[in-house]
Amino acid sequence: MELTTIWFVLIAVLWIGYFCLEGFDYGVGMLLPVLGRDEEGYAAREALPAAGGPWSGETRRRQMLSAIGPFWDGNEVWLLTAGGAIFAAFPHWYATLFSGFYLPLLLILVGLIIRGIGLEYRGKVDSRAWRARMDAMIVLGSLLPALLWGVAFSNIVSGVPIDAQMEYVGGFWSLLNPVALLGGLVTLTLFLTHGAIFVSLKTDGQLRHDARALALRTGVVSAALAVVWLGILHVRTGSTLSWLLAILAALALVGGLLLTWRGREGWGFAGTFGAIALATSSLFAALFPDVMPTTLADGLSLTKDNASSTELTLTIMTWVAVIFVPVVLLYTVFTYWTFRRRVSGHHIPTGVHHAAVTQETRAAVREPADS
Amino acid sequence: MDVVDLARWQFGITTVYHFFFVPITIGLSLLVAVMQTAWMRTRNPQWLRLTKFYGKLFTINFALGLVTGIVQEFQFGMNWSDYSRFVGDIFGAPLAIEALLAFFLESTFLGLWLFGWGRIPEKLHAACIWLVHIGTMLSAYFILAANSFMQNPVGYRVNPDSGRAELTDFVAVLTNKVQLVTFPHVMTAAYMTGGAFVLAFALWHLWRTRTPQTDKPMYRKAAKLGAWTLLVASLGVILTGDLQGKIMTEVQPMKMAAAEGLYEDVPEGVGAPFSIITVGTLDGREEVWALTVPKLLSYLATGDLEGAVEGIDHIQERYQQTYAGSDLTEVDDYRPVIPVTYWSFRLMMGLGFAGMAVALAVLWLLRDGEPDSETRMEGRAWAGWAAAVVLFLPLFANSFGWIFTEMGRQPWVVMGLMTTQTGVSPGVGVGSVATSLVVYTLLYGVLAVAMVGLSLRYGRAGAEMVPEDASYDPKKRSDDDELVFTY
Repeated sequence: MELTTIWFVLIAVLWIGYFCLEGFDYGVGMLLPVLGRDEEGYAAREALPAAGGPWSGETRRRQMLSAIGPFWDGNEVWLLTAGGAIFAAFPHWYATLFSGFYLPLLLILVGLIIRGIGLEYRGKVDSRAWRARMDAMIVLGSLLPALLWGVAFSNIVSGVPIDAQMEYVGGFWSLLNPVALLGGLVTLTLFLTHGAIFVSLKTDGQLRHDARALALRTGVVSAALAVVWLGILHVRTGSTLSWLLAILAALALVGGLLLTWRGREGWGFAGTFGAIALATSSLFAALFPDVMPTTLADGLSLTKDNASSTELTLTIMTWVAVIFVPVVLLYTVFTYWTFRRRVSGHHIPTGVHHAAVTQETRAAVREPADS
Repeated sequence: MDVVDLARWQFGITTVYHFFFVPITIGLSLLVAVMQTAWMRTRNPQWLRLTKFYGKLFTINFALGLVTGIVQEFQFGMNWSDYSRFVGDIFGAPLAIEALLAFFLESTFLGLWLFGWGRIPEKLHAACIWLVHIGTMLSAYFILAANSFMQNPVGYRVNPDSGRAELTDFVAVLTNKVQLVTFPHVMTAAYMTGGAFVLAFALWHLWRTRTPQTDKPMYRKAAKLGAWTLLVASLGVILTGDLQGKIMTEVQPMKMAAAEGLYEDVPEGVGAPFSIITVGTLDGREEVWALTVPKLLSYLATGDLEGAVEGIDHIQERYQQTYAGSDLTEVDDYRPVIPVTYWSFRLMMGLGFAGMAVALAVLWLLRDGEPDSETRMEGRAWAGWAAAVVLFLPLFANSFGWIFTEMGRQPWVVMGLMTTQTGVSPGVGVGSVATSLVVYTLLYGVLAVAMVGLSLRYGRAGAEMVPEDASYDPKKRSDDDELVFTY
C-alpha cells in the first residue's frame, strides 16, 4: 500500500478514536442538567448537607462526572493527535482546513477550553453557584464540539470552494448550509445517545434506569437523522464501500438501541461505539482519495497525494505510529479496566471532601438541603 | 493593525499565557512525585499531606496548561497556514509525535493518579505521577525540537518543484545544536519554577501565624525541598544559558547583538563589555549612562574574553545582501525590536538570579541545628514578601526568556528561510483574527482570575490532615467504600 493511503487510513482511525471515545463524554457533559436534575421526592427524603443526599441531583451529577473523570482527558488527546497527524502527513490539508474553517474551529476551541476548566474546577469550590456555573460551562463546552464537528465533516465530505492556491474561499456562513446543520444534529444526538448509554453502563440505581430510557428516546431521533444525512452524503459522493459502511453503521445503531432496551447496556454501548466508528469510516471512504474536495473546478481538490508530506516524513511517522500506537492502546485499555466498576451513589462522599474547607462549606453544613 | 500584527499578537499572548503553566506543570509533577516517593519510603504522614496539597495545586495548573495547549496546536493552521504549508513536512512530525508520545501519557496517567487512590496498588499509583512527569519531559523535548528548527533550520532542503522545505534528516532535526542546549535550559528553568512554587506556598505557611504550630515542621520540609530544587536548577540554568549564548551567537548573531544593543562590530582582541543596565535613547544608539562588565559579552558570545562580536549594523548589511531576491526572505529591516530584546534578556537573567538569591537566603535561615528555625519566619514582613514574590521570579524570567527568544528571531519565522509576514494565512481576514484575539484575551483573563483565586483558597487552607492509618492499599478497601477522589 502507498504511504499516503496508509496515512489516510491512520488519520481516519484517529478521528474514529476521537468520536467513539470523546463522543460519550461529550454526551455525558450535555446530559448533566437532564439526567442530573434534582428530584424533589428524593431530595426531601434524603436531604444531607453539601453534596446532597445519595439520590439528589448533585449526587447524580457527581456520579456522571466521576464516571467520565479518569477518561475524558485522554479521550481528547485523540483529537490533538489527529490534528498533529494531519499537519505532519498532509500539511496542505491541515493548512486549508484550519485556516478555512476558522470561526467554527474557534468556537470548538472555546468549547474545549471552558469544558476542561469546568470539569477540573467544578468540585474545587463548595458552593452551589460555583457548581452551577461550571455545569453550564461543561454543557456548552460539550455541545459546541458535538454539534460543530458534524457540521465540519459534512462540509469536508460534500466539498467546499477551494481555489487553485488551495485556499478555502467560501466564508463562514456557507459552512452552515442545511445538510451541514443536519450533520451537526446527527453528531449531537448520536453523542447524546452514546453518553446516555455510557451513564447507564457506569452507574446504578434510578440514574441507570433514567439514562437507559433517555438513550432510547434520543437514539431513535439520532437514527432517523443519521439515515437521512448519510443518505444525502453518499448519494452525492458515495462509493460501494462507503454505502456498505453507512448501512452497517445504521444496523449497529439500531442493534445497540435494541440491546440497550433489553437491558444489555454493555452490548448497547458497543453498538453505538460501532455505529460511530462505521459512520466515520463511511465518511472517509466517501472522501477517498480526496481529503478535501473542491466545488469549484475539477482538479483543484486536495487529494491524499497532492496534500501530502514527502515519503521520508511519512516513513518516519509510520514507524513511530507502528511502535507507539499499540503502547497507547495498551495503557488506555488498562485505564478502562481499572475503572470498570459502576459509580454508585454511595461511592460519592457527602461534602466535597477534596475541596478546601471554607466559610462557605461551614455555612452549607448548617443550612441543609443543598440540592 | 493588519493580519500579520494581529496574528503575531495572538501568538504572543496565547504562548506567553500557556507558558506560565507549562513550567509549573513540569516542575511540580517532579516534586509531587518526589514527595509521594518520600512518603512511600518513610511512611511519614507529612509527606503524604504534602503530596496531596501540592497535587491539588498541580491539577489546578495542569488544567489550564492543557486547555491552552490545544489552542497552540490549532493556531499554526488557523493563523499561519502558509508557514504550515512551507514547513509542514518537517515541523508537523515533532508535533504529532508529541501528541502520541507525551499527551496520551500525561493525560492517561494523570487520570489514573487522580482517581486511582485506593484503587490501584500503591507502587503503581506512585509510578503514575512519575509517568506524568516523563510525559511532560517528552512534550518539552518535541516541542522544543520544532522550535529549534525555527531558530536554526537543519536536516532539510528547499524543493524547487514543490516550493517548500522538505525533510532530509530527521535525526538532525532532533539533535539540532540549538535544541541540545535549549532543552536542558528550559527543563532546568521549569525545575526552578517548580521549586519556587513549592517554596512559595511553604514559606507562606511558615510566615502565617494562623497555621498550626504542629504543621510548621512539615512546611519547613517543603520549603527546604523547594529551595534546594530552585538553587540546584538555577545553577543548571546558568550553565546551559551560557552554552546557549554561544550557539545563539553562532547561528543568530543578530539576536545576540540586539540583546546587547551592540551596533558597531567589536574586533578580535578588544573584548566587548556586557551592559547590566543602560540608560539611553530607545533605539540604543546613544548612551547616557551605563553599568557594564568589561569583556563579559565577548565571553558570553564566544567563550573567549577577547573574542570578536559582530554589531547590528554590519549584520543588517550582510543580511540585506544575502537574502535579497526572494519573496520569502527579503525585507527592508532584519533587526528585531531592540529595546524589547535588550530588556527581555536582562529581565530574564535578573529575575532568575533574584529567585536564586531567595533560595539561598531561605536555606541559610532554615539550616539544620536550629530547632526553632521554622518559627523564625512567623509573622515577619520579609518572610511574607518572600513568599509572595518568590514564585513569580522564575515564572516571569521564563516569560521574558521566551519573549527574548521569539522576538529576537524576528523578522524571521524560520531563520534565514522564511519571514514572519510571509507565513500568515492568506485567506483569513482581519475580522476573524481580531475576533479570536479578543475572545482568547477575555477568556484567558477570566480563567486567570479563577485560577489564582482557587490557588489562594487551597494555599490558605493548607495541607489537609490524613487519617492515622492512611492506607491506600486496594486490598484493604471494600468496593462499597466511598471513593477517595471523585469530581
